[in-house]
Amino acid sequence: MTIEWSWISGHAGDLAALTVSHLQAALSAVFFGLLISLPLAVVAHRIRPLRGFLLGLSNVFFTIPSIAIFVLLLPVSGLTRTTTVIGLTVYTLVVLLRNTVEGLDSVPTRTKEAATAMGTRPLRVLLTVELPLALPVIMAGVRIATVMSISLVSVATYIGDGGLGQLFTDGFQRNFPTPVLVGVALTLLLALVADALLVAVQHVLTPWTRQKRGA
Amino acid sequence: MYELFKNLGAWLVSGEQWSGPDGIAHRLAEHLQYSLLATLIAAAIALPVGLLIGHTGRGAFLAINLSSFGRALPTVGLVVLVFLASGLSMWPVYVALVALAVPAIVTNTYAGMTAVDPEVKDAARGQGMRAHQVLFQVELPLALPLIMTGLRLALIQVVATATIAAYVSFGGLGRYVFDGLAQRDLVQVLGGAVLVAVIAVVLDLALSALQRALFRHRPA
Repeated sequence: MTIEWSWISGHAGDLAALTVSHLQAALSAVFFGLLISLPLAVVAHRIRPLRGFLLGLSNVFFTIPSIAIFVLLLPVSGLTRTTTVIGLTVYTLVVLLRNTVEGLDSVPTRTKEAATAMGTRPLRVLLTVELPLALPVIMAGVRIATVMSISLVSVATYIGDGGLGQLFTDGFQRNFPTPVLVGVALTLLLALVADALLVAVQHVLTPWTRQKRGA
Repeated sequence: MYELFKNLGAWLVSGEQWSGPDGIAHRLAEHLQYSLLATLIAAAIALPVGLLIGHTGRGAFLAINLSSFGRALPTVGLVVLVFLASGLSMWPVYVALVALAVPAIVTNTYAGMTAVDPEVKDAARGQGMRAHQVLFQVELPLALPLIMTGLRLALIQVVATATIAAYVSFGGLGRYVFDGLAQRDLVQVLGGAVLVAVIAVVLDLALSALQRALFRHRPA
């Protein structure tokens, strides 16, 4: 299996466009996933009976194959980017919801009580005490969801989208390995870079976790 | 929309749809065959690795990175790549499915092994147990619930992904999805997708019930 380097240099523009489109789909999914799971996690954390139901529901979503999710959405949103993003968002929910609930669970009750005793209102306790303290666990979920989404975007190639995944169909139909290799390499690279960036973001957002280690 | 679901219902229960070499029963058997064999091969590779890493405590870095690498690897790309390298054979299907299953099994096995209380291991060693006895009679039984979780996760992911076998011209339930997409037959596509989702959910429920029954006496 040989790589045709001239194909790569000849298609640099296309490759860049596909990479951007790929990343856009994956990041939109994580964004909407967070938008949905943050409030749901707060509800699941506060209201015990709902907790099992919500987590169980997200688990069931996860067992549906990704290709099936895209296909099941076809009657609703057709062969569009919307279908890709909705499908991927559904997949991120399992990880994001579970980790956010676990993150909120990990905040010590005493810390919350101390904040309340100092006269902090419930919403402020949530935003300035609970969420920041839950951040390391939430970020772990965001990292997994991001890497997973970046890898899964290519499945949407079956419904005519799929960013870098289009290189797989292209290479398959023409019996030409170069685009496939390039697609796999770029997907892995995107995932690695995105993961490293998220680690850096977490590092900046949670200075207190570093002080503890130094002590 | 209502019409579509009515047709889908009719497709799923029609007798002729279930029989013959293109029938649901045969495709279902193929799908399960790919999934179970791939998970077995993955377990044969991943269990010893996970146990070794967990027992010796060495190579944990490798286990963690392997799992994130596995998550990042696009299965569709891998299938096509192996297909172009090996031609028309079962290799692409099994390589891709095994690659998908190995990280989940390794990381969960490793997690199960590290969750074993060090004092329990110390006690076992203090009683004069040898390294292999500690591994097989103490650590392994205690790590078993998490190991089972890893196997379950892997199997579910493999069942869901075995759809791609049809992409490289093999059988399984993915046949309906890809043939339907090619023929613009939405009912067939949805039928295939629903069947895969249903067996994934049913297998997951069955295995977690089995797991609960086996480990009823344990707090884990």
